Amino acid sequence: MTNYLDFEKPLAEIEGKAEELRAMARANEEMDVESEAAALDKKAAELLKELYGKLTPWRKCQVARHPERPHCRDYIKTLFTEYTPLAGDRNFADDHAVMGGLARFNDTPVMVIGHEKGHDTKSRILHNFGMARPEGYRKAVRLMDLADRFGLPLITLVDTAGAYPGKGAEERGQSEAIARSTEKCLQIGVPLISVIIGEGGSGGAVAFATADRVAMLEHSIYSVISPEGCASILWKDSEKMREAAEALRLTAQDLEKLGVTDRIIREPMGGAHRDRASTIDAVGAAIASMLAELDGRSPKKLIKDRRKKFLDLGSKGLAA
Amino acid sequence: MNWITNYVRPRINSIFSRRDTPENLWSKCDGCGTMLFHRELKENLNVCTSCGHHMAISPRDRFTALFDGGIFNEIAVPEPLDDPLKFRDQKKYPDRMKAARATTGEKEAMLVAEGEMGRTPIVAAAQDFSFMGGSMGMYVGNAIIAAAERAVDLKRPLILFSAAGGARMQEGILSLMQMPRTTVAVQMLKEAGLPYIVVLTHPTTGGVTASYAMLGDVQIAEPNALICFAGPRVIEQTLGEKLPDGFQRAEYLLDHGMLDRVTPRTELRDELITVTRMLLGLPPAVAGDLPAPGDTDMASPEKAAKQPSDAPRE
Repeated sequence: MTNYLDFEKPLAEIEGKAEELRAMARANEEMDVESEAAALDKKAAELLKELYGKLTPWRKCQVARHPERPHCRDYIKTLFTEYTPLAGDRNFADDHAVMGGLARFNDTPVMVIGHEKGHDTKSRILHNFGMARPEGYRKAVRLMDLADRFGLPLITLVDTAGAYPGKGAEERGQSEAIARSTEKCLQIGVPLISVIIGEGGSGGAVAFATADRVAMLEHSIYSVISPEGCASILWKDSEKMREAAEALRLTAQDLEKLGVTDRIIREPMGGAHRDRASTIDAVGAAIASMLAELDGRSPKKLIKDRRKKFLDLGSKGLAA
Repeated sequence: MNWITNYVRPRINSIFSRRDTPENLWSKCDGCGTMLFHRELKENLNVCTSCGHHMAISPRDRFTALFDGGIFNEIAVPEPLDDPLKFRDQKKYPDRMKAARATTGEKEAMLVAEGEMGRTPIVAAAQDFSFMGGSMGMYVGNAIIAAAERAVDLKRPLILFSAAGGARMQEGILSLMQMPRTTVAVQMLKEAGLPYIVVLTHPTTGGVTASYAMLGDVQIAEPNALICFAGPRVIEQTLGEKLPDGFQRAEYLLDHGMLDRVTPRTELRDELITVTRMLLGLPPAVAGDLPAPGDTDMASPEKAAKQPSDAPRE
């Protein structure tokens, strides 16, 4: 563990001390520190439980953006076989913020599309921090179309701060590209499963998450605007992001009450980044179970139900 | 001192401010600063008679100018939940709504109506930027769905005038969900084979642009309208550089292939009639002012309209 979030500082101290003790013991074999270190471990585990048992919405945003959280490529690598990336929008470029292609999920051929943020400086720049340009959405539309024509279920993994706000992106029709991607999601006659694995940022997320089933990881978020953006507009102070995060109701738990998300996938104690393998497995199990729910439905019914699902959204508030 | 600051000064100020704009008979053009007489400005659909700058126009005034004889029937919009998130920033959401209702005299940020435009039956929807920035919340979503459903029922085209800062943050994720919801509405029209024409007016940004406002069969914008996904300020902050002149304005988008046309408001009605009638396979409309619908004795547009289209066949 190298990356601690600001609210994890007390935890970092305890875990650091335990690590230090063990390092000392390794250097000097006569020292017996195990009981002391174990006590520290226990204390750390308790603190972790306490911190993560009641994460505020803003802390959830921080966890959702954690750099060590498993990203799209990690899920694809583990959960899919024969992944064959398909590239390009046939128009302008290949956008690396969006990855996708043919793959097998439990041996069944599927199409998988997701936002990839990157894991180190070089790859983050390559993937533009997961912020797609119009080409990314147009590539997605192309892959969705392909999935539709060949009857392949579509799985989307959402993890983006939002669509890229750039000069070229605007000139090439960012809004039109997003609108077309959402439109395509509502047109395809194959099962469409979406999992929000980190950040579900505004229109850039909707373009992939207009799905039959939307699942969210326990500490992921999905919002119309970032808390910082909302704070700077409504509070005229971007430092009010904690209040904004609270008001926006962007946590998986609130979104389940509102009917926007269909299921919450539990994360290991301390967040997905503390046990990446078990997180990825849990997401795999959720995808399998959601696909099973939709099994055998005709293309017509899938489209009809999907549209109805979105038309009916908003009929219940948080109190309901 | 107190007497002067608390009593005398406000009185003096109020006298002077009253004298500045006597009963708002004059308004100043935001573009060139010319003082424009209210009646003249209204007749010109809030387009400056001096520089052609397009100022905001309320949905009601727009519909009055759009529909024959200014006659239209409002279409009822299903009421959404009030304040579903119990949202509170510096003000409570219901208080912001109350204020917006008081200043605009409208219930919400979109008006939907049916009527005839150049004797062409249509459904129209117009977004009201003066109502909380025209923001798209559940009501606007419901309005667009109601408009589409009505258009499908009556087999009429839908003409939509967009104007919005984007999604309504106070409705959080539920405002975002209007992107797929309104997209379903557009699909209803497309599947029914009905034209869906979008007129983008100043400004149309954010989630509105990234859903129903960019999915029209024909995309027309008013001159100099700001149309974008991310606003220029956000982009300047991200890039740290100045953006070119006219960036994200209607003409710039036209140049970049994102629009079909940029049309001044004063010519818009005629153009909408022309385009709609062609898409519906109807004969050309009769030029000139038409009487109000119902006054069929005063003119016979069918006959007049048939002549030019029949002529070549004979």
